[in-house]
Amino acid sequence: MSTIETSTEPAKAPTVPPAPNRIKGIASQLLGTPRVIIGLGLLALLTLLAFVGPLVSGWEVGERDYAALFASPSADHWMGTNKTGQDVWTQSTAGLQKSLLIGLLVALLSTGIAALVGAFAGYFGGITDRALMWIADLALVLPSFVILAILAEQFGGEGGWIVLVLLLAMFSWMVTSKMIRGMTISLREREYIHAARFMGVPSHKIILRHILPNMSSLLIADATIAVSTAIIGETSLSYFGFGVQPPDISLGVVIADGSKYANSDWWIFAFPTVLLVILVLAVNMIGDGLRDALDPQSKSRRS
Amino acid sequence: MSAQTIENTEATSERPGDETPVLEVRDLTVTFRGFNGNPDVNAVRGVSYSVRRGEVLGIVGESGSGKSVSSMAAMGLLPDHAVITGSVKLHGEEILGLDDREMATRRGKVISMVFQDPLSGLTPVYTVGDQLAEAVLVHNPKATKEEARERAVRLLDLVGIPNPEGRYRSFPHEFSGGMRQRVMIAMAMANDPDVIICDEPTTALDVTIQAQILDLLRTAREETGAAIVMITHDLGVVAGFVDRMLVMYAGRPVEMGTVDEIYYGSRMPYTMGLLGAVPRMDLERQGALVPIKGTPPSLTALPPGCPFAPRCPIAEPECSLAEPDLLPVGGQPSKAQIRAAQEAGTSGGAVAADTGVQRVACLRSGEIAENAWTAQDIYPIPEIPEVPAAKVRREDRAEMLRVESLIKHHPLTKGAVFKRRVGTVYAVDGIDFDIREGETLALVGESGCGKSTTLMEIMGLEKPQGGSVSVMGRETSKMSGSDRFALRRDMQIVFQDPMSSLDPRMPVFDIIAEPLRTHRYPEADTTARVYELLELVGLNVEHATRYPSEFSGGQRQRIGIARALALEPKLLVLDEPVSALDVSIQAGVVNLLEELQARLGLSYLFVAHDLSVVRHIADRVAVMYLGRIVEIGDTDSVYTRPAHPYTQALLSAIPIPDPEKERARTHIVLDGDLPSPANPPSGCRFRTRCQKFVTLSAPEQERCTSVEPALEATNGGDQATACHFAERQSVL
Repeated sequence: MSTIETSTEPAKAPTVPPAPNRIKGIASQLLGTPRVIIGLGLLALLTLLAFVGPLVSGWEVGERDYAALFASPSADHWMGTNKTGQDVWTQSTAGLQKSLLIGLLVALLSTGIAALVGAFAGYFGGITDRALMWIADLALVLPSFVILAILAEQFGGEGGWIVLVLLLAMFSWMVTSKMIRGMTISLREREYIHAARFMGVPSHKIILRHILPNMSSLLIADATIAVSTAIIGETSLSYFGFGVQPPDISLGVVIADGSKYANSDWWIFAFPTVLLVILVLAVNMIGDGLRDALDPQSKSRRS
Repeated sequence: MSAQTIENTEATSERPGDETPVLEVRDLTVTFRGFNGNPDVNAVRGVSYSVRRGEVLGIVGESGSGKSVSSMAAMGLLPDHAVITGSVKLHGEEILGLDDREMATRRGKVISMVFQDPLSGLTPVYTVGDQLAEAVLVHNPKATKEEARERAVRLLDLVGIPNPEGRYRSFPHEFSGGMRQRVMIAMAMANDPDVIICDEPTTALDVTIQAQILDLLRTAREETGAAIVMITHDLGVVAGFVDRMLVMYAGRPVEMGTVDEIYYGSRMPYTMGLLGAVPRMDLERQGALVPIKGTPPSLTALPPGCPFAPRCPIAEPECSLAEPDLLPVGGQPSKAQIRAAQEAGTSGGAVAADTGVQRVACLRSGEIAENAWTAQDIYPIPEIPEVPAAKVRREDRAEMLRVESLIKHHPLTKGAVFKRRVGTVYAVDGIDFDIREGETLALVGESGCGKSTTLMEIMGLEKPQGGSVSVMGRETSKMSGSDRFALRRDMQIVFQDPMSSLDPRMPVFDIIAEPLRTHRYPEADTTARVYELLELVGLNVEHATRYPSEFSGGQRQRIGIARALALEPKLLVLDEPVSALDVSIQAGVVNLLEELQARLGLSYLFVAHDLSVVRHIADRVAVMYLGRIVEIGDTDSVYTRPAHPYTQALLSAIPIPDPEKERARTHIVLDGDLPSPANPPSGCRFRTRCQKFVTLSAPEQERCTSVEPALEATNGGDQATACHFAERQSVL
């Protein structure tokens, strides 16, 4: 601002403060919330654990210690071993790598698709609405589990988990999108949307700038829930052998394996489950903080 | 009235002489406890009043002044977390602190209430008649169902519901808002109560319906002899309807007296400001309205002194020392006494009972009375410059907007899968008008007359279903997309509801910058322009980073105006810009609009249902009824000599905030409700409610029912009327 000549009001120019930066404001608001800091810290720790964990344990992923089947935690096996003598620590932390990626990516993708489809359908109505909702209905009635199972096997092998992410996201956006469509229809008649239209803002910008931000609470809540749903969804697929295929391993696979021994040999089950709980908790904390930071009406916000 | 009811009224009439007020409220305070560390809200702080039989007491105040809460407290309708102290006596018997069951025997029988919102006052799943009969039965367990039913039918008849026998079985959704409010009043009258509390009974209704309801309330008072406590913010309603009034501000009564005393001799700067802030429909050239600066204080953190002191133009240092008590004019302690009391650490706080003389809570009331100051003397009135274009003759000025036989019909469809058309809503059915440079055209009419639809059609810049819209001489239907986009620079809109017209997720800066960014205003200049606009509408630079929820209604409306002005439009469309605002705030916004028009040479298309504001701001006025313009002309001619019966009725229905004039007027009260725009009457659309139609001879009536009248010039000048039997006459 100060670098530009303001010939109309030269005297006033120096007193005019610079334009407030909204993103900066939200970021500083976010970083000022302890919950977000803790959440981000936990997430960083988990990521670190996922990549460093398998390296420091002294055991390879999938390596079997035939001398120690069902061994309880010891100096050798920090979190014990499972029925085939695999080190639980190594397996879990290695599994965490994939689960982190799958959980976060699926959540982002499915909420993103839901938001766009729902908002466009609700905003435009008519043919767009019918077509998009027809697709959503179709995706709802298709037996997603079977399709997932078949396709996941087809695309198995190296990089197969990316296909799995896409497939999981493909089958988890429909219900949210219907909810968003309903909210869009009610938001569409708000006067600030009319105002934006009458000043000539193009429709896609209205959706991105006015409609979706006003649903951010719902979107964030949906995304945080989707993280755990995706990880669990992947688990159930893996349980049947359709999800992450060996040699890849995921937290879901490890938990599914350990769940049978939860009563007799608890450590096989407990450690990967604790990791999952911490992951979901961290994501929830970040989501919570984000929601508060974006909501100008929330109590914690004071400018 | 059934035998039981008479017996019951006689039983309760063992009152100790007629001297005892029916309802006496003394030093009532209501505090809402704050939860989760929020501060307490002191909603009502020491209200005292008394009403005698047949008397109407008006409680006036802006939103948040505690007027509704105080009456809800008297009725015992507040939630448990409200802490209520003081005393409420009904026929000399203390009712504050009675438990809910005991209160229930009095509510609806001795004291009853009419609420503001007739839409939510009735249960949707029971018929209207059954709900009325229930109100009768609850207090007369001995009455049979048949008797209750008879009484309900009689009540429906009394409140003017046509065909009461048949309508007994109607459900609430089959009634219009005005009819539902009638049912609510019938319910309040059902057991001949001694006090009826009316909480803004007409605020949600159109003016012609408001006139009907006020008439009905007068009947109710005569019929039951009840005292009425009328809570309202409308100073016009108060002038004609009440005997004595109480003005509330920040939870406290600040002035009390008879209507005439207060309207012609107010001694409290707040009341004076309020009266000066009301646009007057009956005055030719009123000049600028009196704006009261600032906003009412928050009820959680009140300043120690007079709560109005921060906004008062004649406040003195002593005003902020201690809160003045409600005392007779000139009876306030002197400044020296206040200072002494303040130093000694004592404060007054003597609670004076309602003695009936005018009392004021202002330190300078004596001074005001001595000098006979009026609002114009104590408030700084802004100078509003003349519109430069006004010097040029209207015909020679550039045309900003022309609408020709504009039509908008909505199809009515039935069925989910196979939609079939079952009818048409004639929302806008062929209207013509034009707006010249620097001119304000007001479009007025009741809700449902199609004025908002007209706006949306104009702002949409699409090809209309029928007719044409030209902006600055260019027809919108022949424009390309980029032309249309460019044209949007020149016409902007300000909306009615300051709550929903601003995106709650955007800071004010981004809201005002949005039109600039959309039209590729250089980013470097945007910042300066936004601050310039903030200043133009009277906001501060530091407001830019805040969000809409942090502003009051008036401030939000200013933000909306700033956004509309960002691109320097030539035509501003105002969709009821002040109807959601309090009177004192409204005056500021109206002044701002007038000033902006003069400074920037804007043309306004002003849509409103409030005819007083229109008289104040508009140069020309078009009256709409059921999708048609029935009368159009320059404001002065239309207001002084309206020619169409509807315009006459509309103008006549509006109460004037002047008790003497108001009492002397006879209102033309229209029958019934607005017909459905899906099924308008044949011929003249107004004939079903027309007060003139009934006086005509049969062949003349025939003409009204068969031939639709066209707009024709009535006085050889600008005024035109769509009536076969137009006759200009004054109704003010």
